[in-house]
Amino acid sequence: MTAISSMRKAFVDPLINENPITLQILGLCSALAVTKTVATALIMSAAVTFVITLSNASISLIRRHMPRHVRLILQITIIASLVIVVDQVLKAYAYALSKELSVFVGLIVTNCIIMGRAEAYAMKNSVRLSVMDGLGNGLGYSWILILVGSVRELFGSGTLLGMEVFRTVSAGGWYEPAALMLLPPSAFFLIGFLIWALRSWRSEQVEQEEFQILPSAESEDVA
Amino acid sequence: MPESVHHEATHAGSRSLLKRFQGLPNDSPAKALIVTLLVCIFASVIVTGSAVLLRPQQIANSQLEQQRQIAEILKGASLVGDDLRTIQTDDLEARVVELETGNYVDGVDPATFDRTRLVRDPAHSVSIVPAQDLAQIKTRAKLAVVYLLLRDGKPQLVVLPIYGLGYGSMLHGFIGLSGDTETVIGLGFHEHGETPGLGALIDDPAWRRLWSGKKVWAPGGEVGLGVARGPVVSGTPEARSHVDGITGATWTGQGVTNLLRYWLGQHGFGPYLNKLRKAAR
Repeated sequence: MTAISSMRKAFVDPLINENPITLQILGLCSALAVTKTVATALIMSAAVTFVITLSNASISLIRRHMPRHVRLILQITIIASLVIVVDQVLKAYAYALSKELSVFVGLIVTNCIIMGRAEAYAMKNSVRLSVMDGLGNGLGYSWILILVGSVRELFGSGTLLGMEVFRTVSAGGWYEPAALMLLPPSAFFLIGFLIWALRSWRSEQVEQEEFQILPSAESEDVA
Repeated sequence: MPESVHHEATHAGSRSLLKRFQGLPNDSPAKALIVTLLVCIFASVIVTGSAVLLRPQQIANSQLEQQRQIAEILKGASLVGDDLRTIQTDDLEARVVELETGNYVDGVDPATFDRTRLVRDPAHSVSIVPAQDLAQIKTRAKLAVVYLLLRDGKPQLVVLPIYGLGYGSMLHGFIGLSGDTETVIGLGFHEHGETPGLGALIDDPAWRRLWSGKKVWAPGGEVGLGVARGPVVSGTPEARSHVDGITGATWTGQGVTNLLRYWLGQHGFGPYLNKLRKAAR
Protein backbone atom coordinates (compact mmCIF):
# COMPACT_ATOMS: atom_id res chain seq x y z
CA MET A 1 0.00 0.00 0.00
CA THR A 2 1.37 3.40 -0.90
CA ALA A 3 1.84 6.10 1.71
CA ILE A 4 -1.04 8.17 0.35
CA SER A 5 -3.49 5.31 0.22
CA SER A 6 -2.63 4.16 3.74
CA MET A 7 -3.11 7.71 4.98
CA ARG A 8 -6.43 7.82 3.19
CA LYS A 9 -7.42 4.51 4.73
CA ALA A 10 -6.47 5.74 8.22
CA PHE A 11 -8.73 8.73 7.69
CA VAL A 12 -11.69 7.16 5.86
CA ASP A 13 -12.06 3.87 7.72
CA PRO A 14 -13.22 5.38 11.04
CA LEU A 15 -15.88 7.44 9.30
CA ILE A 16 -18.22 4.51 8.60
CA ASN A 17 -16.50 1.13 8.39
CA GLU A 18 -14.75 1.38 11.74
CA ASN A 19 -16.87 4.12 13.25
CA PRO A 20 -16.03 4.53 16.95
CA ILE A 21 -19.66 4.92 17.98
CA THR A 22 -21.64 2.65 15.68
CA LEU A 23 -19.14 -0.16 15.22
CA GLN A 24 -16.96 -0.02 18.32
CA ILE A 25 -19.77 1.30 20.55
CA LEU A 26 -17.35 3.64 22.34
CA GLY A 27 -17.85 7.18 23.61
CA LEU A 28 -21.58 6.65 24.14
CA CYS A 29 -21.76 8.45 27.47
CA SER A 30 -20.93 11.84 25.98
CA ALA A 31 -22.98 11.07 22.86
CA LEU A 32 -26.07 10.72 25.05
CA ALA A 33 -25.30 13.70 27.25
CA VAL A 34 -24.37 16.50 24.87
CA THR A 35 -26.69 15.96 21.90
CA LYS A 36 -29.71 17.88 23.21
CA THR A 37 -28.93 20.70 20.78
CA VAL A 38 -26.85 20.98 17.63
CA ALA A 39 -24.70 23.72 19.16
CA THR A 40 -23.49 21.59 22.07
CA ALA A 41 -22.96 18.62 19.74
CA LEU A 42 -20.86 20.81 17.43
CA ILE A 43 -18.69 22.17 20.23
CA MET A 44 -18.22 18.73 21.74
CA SER A 45 -17.32 17.32 18.29
CA ALA A 46 -14.74 20.03 17.72
CA ALA A 47 -13.29 19.50 21.20
CA VAL A 48 -12.99 15.73 20.82
CA THR A 49 -11.56 15.97 17.29
CA PHE A 50 -8.97 18.49 18.48
CA VAL A 51 -7.96 16.40 21.49
CA ILE A 52 -7.82 13.06 19.67
CA THR A 53 -5.80 14.47 16.74
CA LEU A 54 -3.22 16.16 18.94
CA SER A 55 -3.04 13.33 21.46
CA ASN A 56 -2.52 10.82 18.64
CA ALA A 57 0.17 13.06 17.16
CA SER A 58 2.08 13.63 20.39
CA ILE A 59 1.84 10.05 21.58
CA SER A 60 2.98 8.78 18.22
CA LEU A 61 5.86 11.26 18.31
CA ILE A 62 7.29 9.76 21.50
CA ARG A 63 6.10 6.20 20.96
CA ARG A 64 9.65 4.85 20.52
CA HIS A 65 10.70 6.28 23.88
CA MET A 66 7.60 5.42 25.85
CA PRO A 67 8.48 3.43 29.00
CA ARG A 68 6.22 0.40 28.70
CA HIS A 69 5.06 0.14 32.30
CA VAL A 70 3.98 3.77 32.68
CA ARG A 71 2.72 4.36 29.14
CA LEU A 72 -0.96 4.57 30.12
CA ILE A 73 -0.19 7.20 32.74
CA LEU A 74 1.79 9.24 30.24
CA GLN A 75 -0.98 8.94 27.66
CA ILE A 76 -3.53 10.15 30.18
CA THR A 77 -1.24 13.02 31.19
CA ILE A 78 -1.06 14.19 27.59
CA ILE A 79 -4.78 13.72 26.94
CA ALA A 80 -5.78 15.41 30.20
CA SER A 81 -3.58 18.43 29.49
CA LEU A 82 -5.13 18.84 26.05
CA VAL A 83 -8.58 18.59 27.56
CA ILE A 84 -7.76 21.31 30.10
CA VAL A 85 -6.58 23.54 27.26
CA VAL A 86 -9.86 22.96 25.40
CA ASP A 87 -11.83 23.64 28.57
CA GLN A 88 -9.97 26.90 29.17
CA VAL A 89 -10.50 28.01 25.56
CA LEU A 90 -14.22 27.26 25.79
CA LYS A 91 -14.52 29.15 29.07
CA ALA A 92 -12.85 32.13 27.42
CA TYR A 93 -14.58 32.17 24.04
CA ALA A 94 -17.77 30.11 24.32
CA TYR A 95 -18.79 30.76 27.90
CA ALA A 96 -22.50 30.01 27.63
CA LEU A 97 -21.92 26.74 25.77
CA SER A 98 -19.16 25.71 28.14
CA LYS A 99 -21.58 26.15 31.03
CA GLU A 100 -24.08 23.99 29.21
CA LEU A 101 -21.50 21.29 28.53
CA SER A 102 -20.41 21.56 32.20
CA VAL A 103 -18.54 18.43 33.26
CA PHE A 104 -18.71 16.74 29.90
CA VAL A 105 -15.75 18.65 28.50
CA GLY A 106 -13.64 17.51 31.43
CA LEU A 107 -14.89 13.99 30.92
CA ILE A 108 -13.31 13.86 27.44
CA VAL A 109 -10.27 12.59 29.36
CA THR A 110 -12.12 9.36 30.04
CA ASN A 111 -13.56 9.07 26.54
CA CYS A 112 -12.65 5.53 25.51
CA ILE A 113 -12.21 6.53 21.87
CA ILE A 114 -9.23 8.74 22.68
CA MET A 115 -7.46 6.28 24.98
CA GLY A 116 -8.31 3.49 22.56
CA ARG A 117 -6.76 5.24 19.57
CA ALA A 118 -3.69 6.22 21.58
CA GLU A 119 -3.05 2.70 22.75
CA ALA A 120 -4.16 0.78 19.68
CA TYR A 121 -2.98 3.09 16.91
CA ALA A 122 -0.70 5.96 17.87
CA MET A 123 1.65 3.68 19.85
CA LYS A 124 2.32 1.65 16.70
CA ASN A 125 2.10 4.06 13.77
CA SER A 126 3.87 7.08 12.35
CA VAL A 127 2.90 10.61 13.30
CA ARG A 128 1.36 11.28 9.90
CA LEU A 129 -0.81 8.17 9.99
CA SER A 130 -1.77 8.84 13.62
CA VAL A 131 -2.90 12.35 12.78
CA MET A 132 -5.08 11.02 9.96
CA ASP A 133 -6.44 8.33 12.25
CA GLY A 134 -7.19 10.92 14.94
CA LEU A 135 -8.94 13.20 12.46
CA GLY A 136 -10.90 10.26 11.04
CA ASN A 137 -12.04 9.03 14.43
CA GLY A 138 -12.83 12.54 15.59
CA LEU A 139 -14.98 13.18 12.54
CA GLY A 140 -16.52 9.71 12.72
CA TYR A 141 -17.60 10.57 16.26
CA SER A 142 -18.64 14.08 15.16
CA TRP A 143 -21.03 13.21 12.36
CA ILE A 144 -22.96 10.83 14.59
CA LEU A 145 -23.17 13.46 17.34
CA ILE A 146 -24.29 16.18 14.96
CA LEU A 147 -26.86 13.91 13.33
CA VAL A 148 -28.30 12.83 16.69
CA GLY A 149 -28.15 16.43 17.94
CA SER A 150 -30.04 17.68 14.86
CA VAL A 151 -32.82 15.11 15.24
CA ARG A 152 -33.14 15.76 18.97
CA GLU A 153 -33.19 19.54 18.66
CA LEU A 154 -35.55 19.51 15.66
CA PHE A 155 -38.13 17.20 17.21
CA GLY A 156 -37.52 18.17 20.83
CA SER A 157 -37.63 21.96 20.47
CA GLY A 158 -38.64 22.57 16.84
CA THR A 159 -35.41 24.46 16.17
CA LEU A 160 -32.06 23.85 14.49
CA LEU A 161 -29.02 25.71 15.88
CA GLY A 162 -31.51 27.83 17.79
CA MET A 163 -33.39 28.91 14.63
CA GLU A 164 -37.06 28.09 14.41
CA VAL A 165 -37.98 25.35 11.94
CA PHE A 166 -41.29 24.08 13.32
CA ARG A 167 -43.34 26.69 15.13
CA THR A 168 -44.23 25.10 18.46
CA VAL A 169 -47.68 25.18 20.03
CA SER A 170 -46.43 27.28 22.94
CA ALA A 171 -45.24 29.92 20.42
CA GLY A 172 -48.61 29.87 18.67
CA GLY A 173 -47.72 27.34 15.96
CA TRP A 174 -48.75 23.77 15.19
CA TYR A 175 -45.86 21.65 16.41
CA GLU A 176 -46.17 19.79 19.70
CA PRO A 177 -42.53 19.14 20.75
CA ALA A 178 -41.62 15.56 21.61
CA ALA A 179 -40.38 16.00 25.16
CA LEU A 180 -38.67 12.59 25.07
CA MET A 181 -36.18 14.03 22.59
CA LEU A 182 -34.90 16.41 25.26
CA LEU A 183 -34.01 13.53 27.56
CA PRO A 184 -30.75 11.56 27.18
CA PRO A 185 -32.48 8.19 26.61
CA SER A 186 -33.76 9.44 23.25
CA ALA A 187 -30.14 9.59 22.04
CA PHE A 188 -29.82 5.98 23.11
CA PHE A 189 -32.75 5.00 20.89
CA LEU A 190 -31.52 7.14 17.99
CA ILE A 191 -28.02 5.66 18.10
CA GLY A 192 -29.61 2.21 18.32
CA PHE A 193 -31.65 2.84 15.17
CA LEU A 194 -28.56 4.24 13.46
CA ILE A 195 -26.54 1.12 14.26
CA TRP A 196 -29.41 -1.02 12.98
CA ALA A 197 -29.57 0.97 9.74
CA LEU A 198 -25.79 0.90 9.24
CA ARG A 199 -25.57 -2.82 9.87
CA SER A 200 -28.46 -3.56 7.51
CA TRP A 201 -26.63 -1.62 4.83
CA ARG A 202 -23.16 -2.98 5.64
CA SER A 203 -23.87 -6.49 6.81
CA GLU A 204 -20.17 -7.16 7.38
CA GLN A 205 -20.45 -4.95 10.47
CA VAL A 206 -22.78 -7.42 12.14
CA GLU A 207 -20.91 -9.20 14.91
CA GLN A 208 -20.56 -12.98 14.92
CA GLU A 209 -22.83 -14.54 17.49
CA GLU A 210 -20.76 -15.71 20.42
CA PHE A 211 -23.10 -18.59 21.21
CA GLN A 212 -26.26 -20.13 19.86
CA ILE A 213 -29.42 -19.92 21.95
CA LEU A 214 -30.98 -23.36 22.14
CA PRO A 215 -34.71 -23.60 21.56
CA SER A 216 -36.40 -24.18 24.90
CA ALA A 217 -38.69 -27.11 25.63
CA GLU A 218 -41.79 -24.93 26.06
CA SER A 219 -41.46 -23.30 22.70
CA GLU A 220 -41.43 -26.71 21.04
CA ASP A 221 -44.58 -27.61 22.91
CA VAL A 222 -46.26 -24.48 21.69
CA ALA A 223 -45.14 -25.19 18.16
CA MET B 1 14.52 -3.95 21.31
CA PRO B 2 16.04 -3.57 17.82
CA GLU B 3 16.24 0.20 17.91
CA SER B 4 18.36 0.44 21.01
CA VAL B 5 20.72 -2.19 19.59
CA HIS B 6 21.06 -0.09 16.49
CA HIS B 7 21.95 2.98 18.52
CA GLU B 8 24.43 1.13 20.68
CA ALA B 9 26.24 -0.09 17.58
CA THR B 10 26.48 3.15 15.63
CA HIS B 11 27.40 5.42 18.48
CA ALA B 12 29.91 3.29 20.31
CA GLY B 13 32.52 6.06 20.03
CA SER B 14 32.08 9.63 21.26
CA ARG B 15 28.38 9.70 21.99
CA SER B 16 26.54 12.89 22.71
CA LEU B 17 24.19 13.01 25.66
CA LEU B 18 21.17 12.86 23.37
CA LYS B 19 22.44 9.76 21.62
CA ARG B 20 23.19 8.11 24.92
CA PHE B 21 19.65 8.91 26.03
CA GLN B 22 18.24 7.45 22.85
CA GLY B 23 20.39 4.40 23.32
CA LEU B 24 18.97 3.58 26.71
CA PRO B 25 16.42 0.78 26.68
CA ASN B 26 12.91 2.21 27.09
CA ASP B 27 12.30 0.32 30.29
CA SER B 28 15.44 1.40 32.09
CA PRO B 29 14.51 3.45 35.17
CA ALA B 30 16.69 6.38 34.04
CA LYS B 31 14.98 6.71 30.67
CA ALA B 32 11.53 6.12 32.12
CA LEU B 33 12.15 8.95 34.59
CA ILE B 34 13.51 11.31 31.96
CA VAL B 35 10.66 10.66 29.51
CA THR B 36 8.05 11.02 32.25
CA LEU B 37 9.64 14.25 33.43
CA LEU B 38 9.72 15.67 29.90
CA VAL B 39 6.09 14.75 29.27
CA CYS B 40 5.10 16.35 32.57
CA ILE B 41 7.01 19.55 31.77
CA PHE B 42 5.37 19.70 28.34
CA ALA B 43 1.95 19.10 29.88
CA SER B 44 2.38 21.72 32.60
CA VAL B 45 3.60 24.29 30.09
CA ILE B 46 0.53 23.96 27.87
CA VAL B 47 -1.85 23.84 30.84
CA THR B 48 -0.42 26.87 32.66
CA GLY B 49 0.13 28.68 29.37
CA SER B 50 -3.51 28.39 28.35
CA ALA B 51 -4.76 29.15 31.86
CA VAL B 52 -2.67 32.31 32.19
CA LEU B 53 -3.22 33.58 28.64
CA LEU B 54 -6.99 33.12 28.71
CA ARG B 55 -7.52 34.37 32.26
CA PRO B 56 -8.45 38.00 31.37
CA GLN B 57 -11.07 36.83 28.88
CA GLN B 58 -12.53 34.39 31.41
CA ILE B 59 -12.75 37.06 34.09
CA ALA B 60 -14.57 39.32 31.64
CA ASN B 61 -17.00 36.47 30.89
CA SER B 62 -17.58 35.82 34.55
CA GLN B 63 -18.36 39.50 35.21
CA LEU B 64 -20.79 39.57 32.29
CA GLU B 65 -22.41 36.47 33.72
CA GLN B 66 -22.82 38.17 37.10
CA GLN B 67 -24.43 41.15 35.38
CA ARG B 68 -26.77 38.79 33.57
CA GLN B 69 -27.60 37.05 36.82
CA ILE B 70 -28.46 40.32 38.56
CA ALA B 71 -30.59 41.35 35.57
CA GLU B 72 -32.42 38.03 35.88
CA ILE B 73 -33.09 38.69 39.58
CA LEU B 74 -34.38 42.19 38.80
CA LYS B 75 -37.17 40.64 36.73
CA GLY B 76 -38.85 40.00 40.07
CA ALA B 77 -38.58 43.65 41.09
CA SER B 78 -42.23 44.31 40.30
CA LEU B 79 -42.99 42.41 43.52
CA VAL B 80 -41.78 45.50 45.37
CA GLY B 81 -43.69 47.99 43.32
CA ASP B 82 -45.11 48.25 39.83
CA ASP B 83 -42.92 51.26 39.07
CA LEU B 84 -39.84 49.04 39.44
CA ARG B 85 -40.87 46.77 36.57
CA THR B 86 -38.45 48.34 34.13
CA ILE B 87 -35.34 48.85 36.25
CA GLN B 88 -32.02 47.73 34.80
CA THR B 89 -28.74 46.68 36.39
CA ASP B 90 -27.42 50.16 35.52
CA ASP B 91 -30.00 51.71 37.82
CA LEU B 92 -28.46 49.94 40.79
CA GLU B 93 -25.74 51.56 42.84
CA ALA B 94 -22.83 49.36 43.89
CA ARG B 95 -21.75 50.02 47.47
CA VAL B 96 -19.08 48.44 49.62
CA VAL B 97 -20.32 47.27 53.01
CA GLU B 98 -18.37 46.34 56.12
CA LEU B 99 -20.13 43.16 57.19
CA GLU B 100 -19.39 43.30 60.91
CA THR B 101 -20.94 46.75 61.43
CA GLY B 102 -23.21 46.93 58.42
CA ASN B 103 -21.82 50.38 57.53
CA TYR B 104 -20.96 51.57 54.06
CA VAL B 105 -17.26 52.00 53.34
CA ASP B 106 -16.46 54.86 51.02
CA GLY B 107 -12.73 54.45 50.47
CA VAL B 108 -13.05 51.28 48.38
CA ASP B 109 -14.01 51.30 44.71
CA PRO B 110 -16.68 48.63 44.09
CA ALA B 111 -15.61 48.39 40.44
CA THR B 112 -12.19 47.04 41.34
CA PHE B 113 -13.31 45.09 44.42
CA ASP B 114 -11.83 41.60 44.23
CA ARG B 115 -13.35 39.27 46.78
CA THR B 116 -11.18 36.27 45.91
CA ARG B 117 -8.05 38.26 46.62
CA LEU B 118 -9.35 39.70 49.90
CA VAL B 119 -10.43 36.29 51.20
CA ARG B 120 -6.85 35.06 50.88
CA ASP B 121 -5.45 38.12 52.66
CA PRO B 122 -5.56 37.69 56.47
CA ALA B 123 -5.57 41.47 56.92
CA HIS B 124 -8.83 41.79 55.01
CA SER B 125 -10.61 38.61 56.02
CA VAL B 126 -11.88 36.88 59.12
CA SER B 127 -11.84 33.17 59.75
CA ILE B 128 -15.17 31.66 60.69
CA VAL B 129 -15.37 29.25 63.62
CA PRO B 130 -16.72 25.87 62.46
CA ALA B 131 -19.90 26.17 64.54
CA GLN B 132 -20.83 29.35 62.68
CA ASP B 133 -19.52 28.26 59.31
CA LEU B 134 -22.85 27.14 57.84
CA ALA B 135 -21.78 28.01 54.31
CA GLN B 136 -18.52 26.04 54.77
CA ILE B 137 -16.29 28.75 53.40
CA LYS B 138 -13.77 28.86 56.33
CA THR B 139 -12.89 32.53 55.83
CA ARG B 140 -14.77 35.49 54.47
CA ALA B 141 -13.71 38.96 53.42
CA LYS B 142 -14.48 41.77 55.88
CA LEU B 143 -16.08 43.75 53.07
CA ALA B 144 -18.66 42.91 50.43
CA VAL B 145 -20.22 44.68 47.46
CA VAL B 146 -23.99 45.11 47.48
CA TYR B 147 -26.19 46.53 44.72
CA LEU B 148 -28.76 48.96 45.99
CA LEU B 149 -31.71 50.85 44.55
CA LEU B 150 -32.66 53.99 46.46
CA ARG B 151 -35.73 56.17 45.86
CA ASP B 152 -35.95 59.38 47.89
CA GLY B 153 -33.24 58.02 50.17
CA LYS B 154 -35.23 54.87 50.93
CA PRO B 155 -33.91 51.47 49.88
CA GLN B 156 -36.26 49.84 47.39
CA LEU B 157 -34.34 46.69 46.77
CA VAL B 158 -30.90 45.25 47.33
CA VAL B 159 -28.93 42.47 45.64
CA LEU B 160 -26.42 40.61 47.83
CA PRO B 161 -23.64 38.25 46.75
CA ILE B 162 -23.84 34.83 48.43
CA TYR B 163 -21.74 31.71 48.19
CA GLY B 164 -21.19 28.43 49.94
CA LEU B 165 -20.60 24.73 49.53
CA GLY B 166 -23.21 22.66 47.69
CA TYR B 167 -22.84 18.94 47.17
CA GLY B 168 -19.35 18.97 45.73
CA SER B 169 -18.69 22.49 44.57
CA MET B 170 -18.88 26.12 45.60
CA LEU B 171 -22.15 27.74 44.63
CA HIS B 172 -21.73 31.41 43.74
CA GLY B 173 -24.82 33.50 43.37
CA PHE B 174 -26.90 36.52 44.25
CA ILE B 175 -30.07 37.07 46.21
CA GLY B 176 -32.33 40.05 45.63
CA LEU B 177 -34.41 41.35 48.56
CA SER B 178 -37.00 44.06 48.85
CA GLY B 179 -35.76 47.23 50.54
CA ASP B 180 -37.40 46.31 53.85
CA THR B 181 -35.54 42.93 53.62
CA GLU B 182 -38.82 41.05 54.09
CA THR B 183 -39.32 39.49 50.67
CA VAL B 184 -37.12 37.67 48.17
CA ILE B 185 -37.38 39.11 44.68
CA GLY B 186 -35.07 36.59 43.12
CA LEU B 187 -32.18 34.22 43.66
CA GLY B 188 -29.72 32.71 41.25
CA PHE B 189 -26.39 30.95 41.07
CA HIS B 190 -24.10 31.94 38.24
CA GLU B 191 -21.26 29.59 39.01
CA HIS B 192 -21.30 26.05 40.38
CA GLY B 193 -20.12 22.55 39.55
CA GLU B 194 -23.10 20.51 40.66
CA THR B 195 -24.17 17.27 38.94
CA PRO B 196 -25.90 17.89 35.60
CA GLY B 197 -29.56 16.91 35.76
CA LEU B 198 -29.61 16.88 39.59
CA GLY B 199 -27.92 19.60 41.63
CA ALA B 200 -27.29 21.66 38.50
CA LEU B 201 -31.05 22.32 38.38
CA ILE B 202 -30.39 25.17 40.82
CA ASP B 203 -29.88 27.31 37.72
CA ASP B 204 -33.03 26.00 36.06
CA PRO B 205 -35.31 29.03 35.44
CA ALA B 206 -38.41 27.20 36.68
CA TRP B 207 -36.78 26.40 40.02
CA ARG B 208 -35.37 29.88 40.38
CA ARG B 209 -38.80 31.42 39.87
CA LEU B 210 -40.03 29.57 42.97
CA TRP B 211 -38.01 31.95 45.13
CA SER B 212 -39.78 35.15 44.16
CA GLY B 213 -42.07 36.31 46.92
CA LYS B 214 -40.76 34.03 49.65
CA LYS B 215 -40.53 35.64 53.07
CA VAL B 216 -36.99 36.02 54.37
CA TRP B 217 -37.60 35.87 58.09
CA ALA B 218 -39.26 33.21 60.22
CA PRO B 219 -41.84 34.46 62.79
CA GLY B 220 -39.13 34.33 65.47
CA GLY B 221 -36.94 36.77 63.53
CA GLU B 222 -34.30 34.32 62.40
CA VAL B 223 -33.62 33.46 58.74
CA GLY B 224 -36.54 31.38 57.55
CA LEU B 225 -35.58 30.84 53.91
CA GLY B 226 -34.69 27.38 52.82
CA VAL B 227 -35.05 24.50 50.43
CA ALA B 228 -37.60 21.92 51.58
CA ARG B 229 -37.22 18.20 51.36
CA GLY B 230 -39.52 17.27 48.53
CA PRO B 231 -42.34 19.46 47.29
CA VAL B 232 -43.84 22.31 49.28
CA VAL B 233 -47.62 22.37 49.53
CA SER B 234 -48.87 25.88 48.92
CA GLY B 235 -50.89 27.34 51.77
CA THR B 236 -48.97 25.46 54.46
CA PRO B 237 -46.71 27.42 56.86
CA GLU B 238 -43.69 25.87 55.13
CA ALA B 239 -44.64 27.50 51.83
CA ARG B 240 -44.08 30.93 53.37
CA SER B 241 -40.28 30.69 53.16
CA HIS B 242 -39.42 27.37 51.55
CA VAL B 243 -39.14 26.24 47.93
CA ASP B 244 -39.44 22.72 46.53
CA GLY B 245 -36.45 20.49 47.03
CA ILE B 246 -34.81 19.07 43.90
CA THR B 247 -35.19 15.31 43.65
CA GLY B 248 -31.83 13.58 43.92
CA ALA B 249 -30.08 16.74 45.07
CA THR B 250 -30.74 16.78 48.81
CA TRP B 251 -27.20 17.90 49.60
CA THR B 252 -27.29 20.73 47.10
CA GLY B 253 -30.57 21.95 48.60
CA GLN B 254 -29.14 21.65 52.08
CA GLY B 255 -26.12 23.66 50.93
CA VAL B 256 -28.37 26.41 49.56
CA THR B 257 -30.34 26.54 52.83
CA ASN B 258 -27.14 26.70 54.88
CA LEU B 259 -25.46 29.38 52.83
CA LEU B 260 -28.62 31.52 52.96
CA ARG B 261 -28.75 31.13 56.75
CA TYR B 262 -25.10 32.14 56.95
CA TRP B 263 -25.15 35.13 54.63
CA LEU B 264 -28.44 36.56 55.86
CA GLY B 265 -27.55 35.74 59.47
CA GLN B 266 -25.73 37.88 62.02
CA HIS B 267 -22.26 36.77 60.91
CA GLY B 268 -23.06 37.61 57.29
CA PHE B 269 -25.16 40.53 56.08
CA GLY B 270 -27.28 40.55 59.29
CA PRO B 271 -26.05 43.90 60.70
CA TYR B 272 -26.36 45.53 57.29
CA LEU B 273 -29.87 44.18 56.77
CA ASN B 274 -30.89 45.56 60.19
CA LYS B 275 -29.78 49.03 59.12
CA LEU B 276 -31.49 48.65 55.76
CA ARG B 277 -34.76 47.69 57.43
CA LYS B 278 -34.63 50.79 59.64
CA ALA B 279 -33.84 53.01 56.66
CA ALA B 280 -36.81 51.62 54.72
CA ARG B 281 -39.34 52.62 57.35
